[in-house]
Amino acid sequence: MRHTISILVENEFGVLTRVAGLFSARGYNIETLNVAPLKDRTISRMTLVTRGDEHIIEQIKKQLNKLVPVIKVEDISHTVHLERGMLMVKVKVGVDNCETLLEIAEKHDAKVVDDHIDSHMIIEFTGKVDVLDGILVELEPFGIIETTRTGPLGMRRGAKGFTVD
Amino acid sequence: MKLTGAEIFVECLKREGVDTIFGYPGGSVLQIYDAIFKQSHFKHYLVRHEQAALHAANGYARVSGKCGVALVTSGPGATNAVTGLADSLADSIPTVCFSGQVPSSLIGNDAFQEADIVGITRSATKHNFLVKRVEDLALIIRQAFHIATTGRPGPVLVDIPKDISIDICEFEWPEEVNMRSYQPVTKGHPGQIKKAVRSMMVAKRPVLYSGGGIMNSIGSASLLRELSHALNAPVTNTLMGLGGIPHDDDHFLGMLGMHGTYEANMAVSHCDLLVAIGSRFDDRVTGRLDAFAPDAKVIHIDVDPSSISKNIHAHLPIVGDVGVVLKQLLEEIARKDCKPDSEALQLWWEQIDEWRAKDSLGFDQPEDGPIKPQTLVRMVHEKTKGNAIVATDVGQHQMWAAQHYGFNRPHRWLTSGGLGTMGYGLPAGLGAQVAMPDEKVVVFTGDSSIQMCSQEFSMAFQYKLPVVVIILNNGYMGMVRQWQEMFYESRYSNSYFDSLPNFVKLAEAYGGVGIRVDRLDELSAALDKALNVNDRFVLLDVAISKEENVFPMVPAGAALNEMVLS
Repeated sequence: MRHTISILVENEFGVLTRVAGLFSARGYNIETLNVAPLKDRTISRMTLVTRGDEHIIEQIKKQLNKLVPVIKVEDISHTVHLERGMLMVKVKVGVDNCETLLEIAEKHDAKVVDDHIDSHMIIEFTGKVDVLDGILVELEPFGIIETTRTGPLGMRRGAKGFTVD
Repeated sequence: MKLTGAEIFVECLKREGVDTIFGYPGGSVLQIYDAIFKQSHFKHYLVRHEQAALHAANGYARVSGKCGVALVTSGPGATNAVTGLADSLADSIPTVCFSGQVPSSLIGNDAFQEADIVGITRSATKHNFLVKRVEDLALIIRQAFHIATTGRPGPVLVDIPKDISIDICEFEWPEEVNMRSYQPVTKGHPGQIKKAVRSMMVAKRPVLYSGGGIMNSIGSASLLRELSHALNAPVTNTLMGLGGIPHDDDHFLGMLGMHGTYEANMAVSHCDLLVAIGSRFDDRVTGRLDAFAPDAKVIHIDVDPSSISKNIHAHLPIVGDVGVVLKQLLEEIARKDCKPDSEALQLWWEQIDEWRAKDSLGFDQPEDGPIKPQTLVRMVHEKTKGNAIVATDVGQHQMWAAQHYGFNRPHRWLTSGGLGTMGYGLPAGLGAQVAMPDEKVVVFTGDSSIQMCSQEFSMAFQYKLPVVVIILNNGYMGMVRQWQEMFYESRYSNSYFDSLPNFVKLAEAYGGVGIRVDRLDELSAALDKALNVNDRFVLLDVAISKEENVFPMVPAGAALNEMVLS
């Protein structure tokens, strides 16, 4: 089963390698991983998506906690939570189909960030993983030149925060 | 006070209470070695290979209860240390290893004697550090000792670039170490303690199964014995846990697992309550997992949450230091004034006595035949009254020592349990001798294992460390040969040594005493002679029966109750 794990770590050199190394050394897979420092720049927050049965996920959580620079770990999969990823697509466009493309962008609340009506556009989408997957299918007929996307960021709903204290 | 990095290193070790370090100099640590030359707070022991520095620090740590410390140079010095680090990680032994590194400006430049040792040792240490500023050095050293010695102990590496050891800054000693990301739990959850005691009181066939955690929690061995007696429950030890309860205690079943006793393995297979105390259900202990303690409720006490329910599901986990938790359990038993089910326990002990009657460690020693390894180990036990510090290498001799030596106390048994490192025994024994100069240290080894770190006889000679090294010489890599005999139709592929050195001459070449024993009637006198040498090391090369196998044995992948007795 797919699990989304939030992790707070000390923002120090090598910490990403420690997390990634743990997964490879113990034979687990990282499906996606996002990491960036918080406003308090001594801390970084990761959102990691992995797969495994409950036993494996329990071990992953324990092993992550065992890493010295890891401050806090939470599997948010079983909670009511949000997941959003970002997708940038560079797509071919011509005068004849540019309207259709802009409609698709508007439908998904996307931003057109680079607009050359006679050649290509870069559109920036955010959404759930499956929505972004669907968008790629939808855009296929236009001719996709290039894509890049993030794994999802995750956050629990509710008033409680995932913080150090 | 302004100090160089090297002087800060010395000052920090002094403040950490370090009195001994093991190491080997080289280009990147010359500044540190110069500072060591000028100080008198701790003594440096020169090894002959960096792997041995880590094993010696490990042996020193195990018998002294203090943190072992090693110092090596960059590149090959540091990579040589990796096996020793991995060994201490597998056996959870507190050690701090300092490695020199090329100057900061050359890092990543493929410089002479450069290795990315922080990268290499990431999975061979509990944690590691690269020091980037001399101002950080004191805090990093403080954190390194803190991490190595608390929670589940383990090795920590601190990599110090050469320029950092030369740079100068104001020295400030951090009195307190507080790391928000590292807060090991020591005390067991009170609710879990209550539940555990309730389970213990209704158990009809309990077994206590303790491991190396008892060694790491100083003082917990007596509490283990107390609990066993309070519950009238039998105790079995893992290889790492030997000495956790005296070998002659009537509640002791011997070691369990692959080469454990019949009574220990049968008791675990039939128990209804298994209390794991500082042990981790290693595959050499459990045999086939689905057949391990099938009827048991499992209580697992461990300081490392990731050990709990990793291999065997724990019905009742208790995270905490085993000594603290054992104390909590005993207090709860006293407070409740409760008694275990004596009627059921009587039946349980009758059953255990039946299993004991099999005498699974029994063997025949023909009067005129070759020396049986078991005879040798038992004779050493008698002559040392079970009080020696015993180190081993890895293989058949290790198992015979574990089965037959009989330990009276904890912190007397040094063996590479987790990693199974041939070459561990001699340097570990030397480290132990340094820690305990007045105790007798015996190293059981094999004709193969001893050749993996035999250069350390030179260290033994230099410091007049009177360890007694006993080679159980059967001319084979015994354990490999045993498996080839049992599972590969006796095809002895590369497990035979037809070119062994003359070990007596080897000992003499290094300034020690060498004694060869071929016949049983020479053995006792030779041992007496060896054990009475106190000013240099002794090597006793004993010819043992060549194709003796270690029994009992649970074949790999079999269940504990499918063990082969002979």
